[in-house]
Amino acid sequence: MSNEKFRLTDLRFQYGDGDFALRVPELAVESGQRVAVIGPSGSGKTTLLHVIAGIELAQTGSVEIDGSNWTALAEAERRALRVQRIGLVFQEFELLEYLRVLDNITLPYRIHPSLSLDSTCRDRARALAGTLGVGDKLARFPAHLSHGEKQRVAVCRALITEPDLILADEPTGNLDPANKHRVLDHLIDCANERGSTLVLVTHDHDLLDRFDRIIDVKSFSEGADA
Amino acid sequence: MREIAYLAWCYLSYHRIKTAILVASIALITFLPAGLNVLVSQSAEELTARAESTPLLVGAKGSPLELVLSSLYFESETPAPTTFAESDRVAETGLAEPIPLYVRFRSRSYPIVGTSLEYFDFRGLRFAAGRPMAVLGECVVGAEAARELGVHPGDFVTSSPEGVFDLAGVYPLKMSIVGVLATAHSPDDRAIFIDVKTAWIIDGLGHGHQDLAAPDAESAVLSRDGDRITANASVVQYNEITAENIDSFHFHGELATYPLSAVIAAPHSEKSRALLLGRYQDDDASQLVVPTAVMDELLETVLTVREYAVAAVAIAGSATLMTTTLVFLLSLRLRRREIATMMKIGASRSTVAAVLISEVAVVLLLGGILAAGLTLATSRFGSAAIRALLLS
Repeated sequence: MSNEKFRLTDLRFQYGDGDFALRVPELAVESGQRVAVIGPSGSGKTTLLHVIAGIELAQTGSVEIDGSNWTALAEAERRALRVQRIGLVFQEFELLEYLRVLDNITLPYRIHPSLSLDSTCRDRARALAGTLGVGDKLARFPAHLSHGEKQRVAVCRALITEPDLILADEPTGNLDPANKHRVLDHLIDCANERGSTLVLVTHDHDLLDRFDRIIDVKSFSEGADA
Repeated sequence: MREIAYLAWCYLSYHRIKTAILVASIALITFLPAGLNVLVSQSAEELTARAESTPLLVGAKGSPLELVLSSLYFESETPAPTTFAESDRVAETGLAEPIPLYVRFRSRSYPIVGTSLEYFDFRGLRFAAGRPMAVLGECVVGAEAARELGVHPGDFVTSSPEGVFDLAGVYPLKMSIVGVLATAHSPDDRAIFIDVKTAWIIDGLGHGHQDLAAPDAESAVLSRDGDRITANASVVQYNEITAENIDSFHFHGELATYPLSAVIAAPHSEKSRALLLGRYQDDDASQLVVPTAVMDELLETVLTVREYAVAAVAIAGSATLMTTTLVFLLSLRLRRREIATMMKIGASRSTVAAVLISEVAVVLLLGGILAAGLTLATSRFGSAAIRALLLS
């Protein structure tokens, strides 16, 4: 039985009629791997994460996750799998301004009928927030948080569903060195605990030795395994 | 559904000022036409009911509307006075029962209605406490006036002077309350009823004073000529009618010439009514009006105004609704990123749409509840306000 978490084959993605195009001839990632995605700005790192998550659909090629063809699924099925199995950390946090921190963390449970928000889930949200140092901010709105705190709340939201694939777009970008390592430690610990696959976009080369594998999107030639 | 409603509520409560403005707009565009309709219908019903229970009114020539409003609601300007002779004239025809009305004075904001005991039977007024007035200086207070003034039988009310400098005019008479009426849900509730002769005493047409034949009044007497005594201003005038001084009260001149604001004529039959109307048809000094006809004329104007008002409100409402829709659509543009985030995490278009529709539904619901509350308040208190407005 294959241990591949996901595989991208002959993939080509382009936004509308723009100049940019992401081409991935072949990319396979094993379950439980910790993968860093690097590359200069505008090289397609975020797009790659969106294509893997099924947020964007490639014009050609296929995305397989756990052996099932992601691109062949109906939109509703893709959404259900995404909310249940993929944890997403967005580059700009993308917290909802009108929800308090606790509600932002538990948002996936409120927007999809396949997930049910219960007290266990709330307790998990509180514990996650405590671990990432925002446990005392649960009743606050995002407008009253610092950049670093917003980033950590966004990480909590990605981890609340205990996903087996975590796609994080520069989750340490706005953090001071202490919190940068704290968040990365937690992401890696969570991934290790559940055997989840972690794909993390970063510009911070100091962090690369924490990953099993490094993918440079620019050349789309894989770097040396860590 | 609970989660969707929660998200909608979170959005609305976070943007509470915007929400409040939207709710108020929706409430107003719903309430204004509804409230106006309730208000006018209820007022029309109330005004008509009072007029219908008053068959005919006799008064001096002048504005029929002023005569009706003053006699029925005790609120309008006092019409040109007629005389007590008019009451006798109605009685002498044998066609109707006359009930004199002299509505000119007030005690604070409460109208003092000079009339006869027949008025209570005619209006079907019942006594909650006490009895009808029996002698000069006694009064009966309407239920609302009694409640607001906090008075009961045995207490007193005093008539108010018509002007601060009116020293020689209206008599500030202290009147003894002998009865309080039960609530009638009519203008009678705010009135103070006295005998028409007591009203004439307030008017200064009758008075009581120190006995000039008594030794202690000697210093006030200027001259004596047989029965005729001339006195100066130091003579003690009574401003309260008591058992001890009631005999000193007297009227000067002919009672028939004394003023009334109107005479209610209660005809004995339909034929009597027609005959009485005929008697006054060519009268130069007096008029006989049918209150329902006068009120119908007034209401016709009010209803026309209502139609224009409803049309204006409908136009303003449409503009408000369009603005509200625009605000909502603009807010959707501002929320594109938030909507995209929800969809990226896993929300479907229908879930996002359900959240947005829930927000609109909550705003409409709150607006509707507010509008219903306002309409309810209007139906409860509005007719009194509109009556005051119409009669002021």
